[in-house]
Amino acid sequence: MKYPATLQIQTSPHIRRGLSTRSIMGNVVLALLPTVGWSVWVFGLAALAVITVATLSAVLAESLYCRFNGREDTIGDWSAVISGLLLGLTLPPGLPLWMVALGGVVAILLGKSLFGGLGCNVFNPALVGRVFLQTSFPVALTTWTPAFAPDRFTTLPASSLTGLLQSPVDGVSAATPLGLMKFDQVTTPLMDLVMGSTAGSVGETGALFILAGGCYLILRGMMDWRIPAAVFTGTVLISGVLHLVDPALYPGPGFMLFSGGLMLGAVFMATDMVGSPVTPWGVWIFGLFIGALVVVIRIWGGLTEGVMYTILLANSLAPLIERWTQPRIYGQTREATHD
Amino acid sequence: MLMLFLQQVFGRKSFRHGVHPDENKDSTSEHPVRRFPFAPQLIIPVRQGPGKPARLMVAKGQEVQRGQLLAEADGWMSVPVHAPASGTVVDTGLYLANSGRKEEHIVLAPFAGDSQLVPKSPGCSLDSTPEEIIAAVQQAGFVGMGGASFPTHVKLKVPEGMHVDTLLINGVECEPYLTTDHRVMLEQREEIYTGIRYLLRATGARRAVIGIEANKADAIEGIRSTIPDDLPLTVEALKVKYPQGAEKILIASVLGREVPSGGLPASVHVVCCNVATAGEIGRLLPAGQGLVERVITVGGPAVLNPGNYLVPVGTPLRYLLDQLELREGVRRVVYGGPMMGQAVADLDVPVTKACSGILVFTDQEQAPATEKTYPCIKCGHCLDACPVFLNPARLGFLARSHEYETMEQDYHLRDCFECGACSWICPSNIPLVQSFRVAKQVLKERKAAP
Repeated sequence: MKYPATLQIQTSPHIRRGLSTRSIMGNVVLALLPTVGWSVWVFGLAALAVITVATLSAVLAESLYCRFNGREDTIGDWSAVISGLLLGLTLPPGLPLWMVALGGVVAILLGKSLFGGLGCNVFNPALVGRVFLQTSFPVALTTWTPAFAPDRFTTLPASSLTGLLQSPVDGVSAATPLGLMKFDQVTTPLMDLVMGSTAGSVGETGALFILAGGCYLILRGMMDWRIPAAVFTGTVLISGVLHLVDPALYPGPGFMLFSGGLMLGAVFMATDMVGSPVTPWGVWIFGLFIGALVVVIRIWGGLTEGVMYTILLANSLAPLIERWTQPRIYGQTREATHD
Repeated sequence: MLMLFLQQVFGRKSFRHGVHPDENKDSTSEHPVRRFPFAPQLIIPVRQGPGKPARLMVAKGQEVQRGQLLAEADGWMSVPVHAPASGTVVDTGLYLANSGRKEEHIVLAPFAGDSQLVPKSPGCSLDSTPEEIIAAVQQAGFVGMGGASFPTHVKLKVPEGMHVDTLLINGVECEPYLTTDHRVMLEQREEIYTGIRYLLRATGARRAVIGIEANKADAIEGIRSTIPDDLPLTVEALKVKYPQGAEKILIASVLGREVPSGGLPASVHVVCCNVATAGEIGRLLPAGQGLVERVITVGGPAVLNPGNYLVPVGTPLRYLLDQLELREGVRRVVYGGPMMGQAVADLDVPVTKACSGILVFTDQEQAPATEKTYPCIKCGHCLDACPVFLNPARLGFLARSHEYETMEQDYHLRDCFECGACSWICPSNIPLVQSFRVAKQVLKERKAAP
C-alpha cells in the first residue's frame, strides 16, 4: 500500500523554518549562562543563592499558576526560567533570600500570568519583580556587597539568610560606581567597569559576558540587534554631548555604557520580544528612547540608576510606538518611480 | 577576482525582506526532461483559469486526434482546451479538480500504440499584428505556466492608454524543489527566444529582461552566451530569495518599480511572463498548435526517483505517482511548490496547464498541523519576511479576534498575496497566512451578502 487512506490536507506553506519559540527561549537561557558564571565568580555563594532562588521561585510560581487554573503547564517554554534568571541578575548579591523568592513570584504572577501569560505581558516580568522589591524594600535593594570578597566561596553574607519578613542587619556595604558618581562625584576607571570588578547587582558587572551572550543570540537570528544598538546610540549621543560641555561634571559615554545595569538592560531586557515594538522604525525609537532617558535619569534624576524604570516606561509605550510606525506597504503610497 | 566575488555577493539585485527556505533543488535540477507515458485515461479540466469554462466541442464516444480542439473559448477570459492525446472521449461531466471542487472535465482514453503526432496548421508568423498574436495565444489555450493559471492573452493585452516599455520574463523559480523552469531554460533556449519575439511584438515593449536567481548559474550563462544579436534581451542574475518569483516582487527586484496597490504591472510599463510560457509560445505559435502538455517537477522527500517530466495535461496524479518509486508513509501530496502549492485531498485529480510540480511528503518531514502552537512573542520575524511590508503579527492578532474589517481597512489585508513567508518563519507556529485566507474569504462573503 503506497498511499494512506486519507491524505493530509492543509493550506500552504507546507514547509517550515523549524525554529521554535521554545528553542529561542532555550538559547536565551544559554546566552545568559556566561553572565551567570561571571557573577558567581565575582560575588561567590551570595550570587549563586540569589540566582537560584529567583529562578526556582519564578518557575514554581508559573507551574502552580497553571495548575490552579487548569491550564497546560507552560514552564517547558523556558520563559519563566529567563524571567527568574534576569530577576536574579538585577538584584544585589546579599539580598535576603526570602525577598528574592517573593520577587520571583511577583515577577511571574503580576508581571506575566495576570496579563494572560507568555506573549501577552506588557512589561518585562523580571523588571516588574525588581520594581516591586525596590519599592517595598528600598534599603535592602540598595545595600551592595563588595566584589571579590575573599570569603565569597565559603560563606553566605549574613544578610542573605535574614529570617522571613525581617529586615537585614546592615553588614559590609560598598558603593556602586553610579552611587559614587552621583553622591561623591567620583568616576570609576573604565577598565574596572569593563572587567566588572566593581560593586553592583549580581549580573550587571560582567559587561563583556553580557555582550558575548548578546552576540551569540544575534548571530543565531534570535535577537534584534537594532535594539541594543539603538540603546547604546542613545546613551552615547546624550552623554557624549554632555561630556563635551563639561567633562568634570558629566562622565563620558564609556562610563555610562559600562556602569550600572545598562548593558544587561540593553542586551537582555529591552530586547525582550514581547515588550518591544515589531516595526522597523519603532525598534529604533524604542531603543533610542531608553538610551537617552537612562542618561537623563542618572544625571538629573533622584535615583542613581534609571535603566529599570526606563525600560518599563518604554514597554508601556511600545504599542503606541508600533501604531505610529506602521511600515509603508508595497505600492501603497509612493507613485511609480519611473517616468 | 576580489571584485568578482564582491559583485557575486553584493552586486546582485533583489527585493527587500523575503525568506530563505532550503532550496532542495539538487535532486531534480540535473535531470533532463523526459517524456511521460500516456495514462490509460486522461481527465482534462474544461476550465483552466479564473475565466468561464470553455464550451464543449466533443461528445461522449467521439474519437479525437491529438491537438484537436475539445472545447472552445467562451469569452475574453476563457481559454480553449485541446486534446492531449489521440483517443476516445469516454465521458464528460463533473470530476474532482485540484481545488477540491467538482468541475466539468473531459475523460479521454488514448489509443494504444498511436503515433500521437500533433498535426501542424498554418501558424501565426512574427510579422502578424499584435492583435493577431494575442488572438493566436488565446487560441493555443495559454494560461500562466508559473502556477497562477491566469490567461496569458489577457496579460498581453495592454490596457487602453497605457504603454509598456519592458517585457519581464520570469525565470526566477523561487519555490523550493521545483526545477521545471530551470530545465526549460537549459533545454528550450531557441523556443524561448522565439517566444520573446512574439511577446515583444504583442506588447509593444522595446526590450526584454529575463530575471533568473543565481542558483541557476548554468541557465544564466547559457542564455547570456546565446542571445541572438537582433534580440533586445538582457539577463539579470538575482539574489536567491523567496518570493522573488511573484510578479510584483520581481518587478521591484529587477526594475526597482513598485506596482501600485491593486494595479496592473502595465501601470509601471511592464508586462510579465513566465519563462516556460514564453518557451511554449515560441514552440506552438509558429506551428499553429495548442498547449497539450507541459514540463513538471515530480519530487519531494517521498519520491525516490524524482525528476522533470513532460506530462500530458489531464494525467491523473495517481498514475503519475504509480510510475515512480515512493517511500513508505506518504502523508501529503502537494500540487505546485511547497510554499504556495495546494495539498490535494484525492489522487484522482489531473495535472493542469498551470501545474509546475507534484511534491510528495511523508510523516518524516515537518507536519505543521500536528506541531504545538505557541503564543505570539512579537519577535517581528514575520515583518522582516513580508515582501509587501505588512505587519503579519498584528494581522494574526486581529484574525484571532475576528476583526476582519480592521484587518482590511487599517492593515492592508488586501495587499497580501499569500506567499506564506510569515507562516514559514513564525517560531510560534502560528498559521498566519492561513488565517488571512479565511479573513479574505469571510470579507468576500460579507460583501456579497446584501
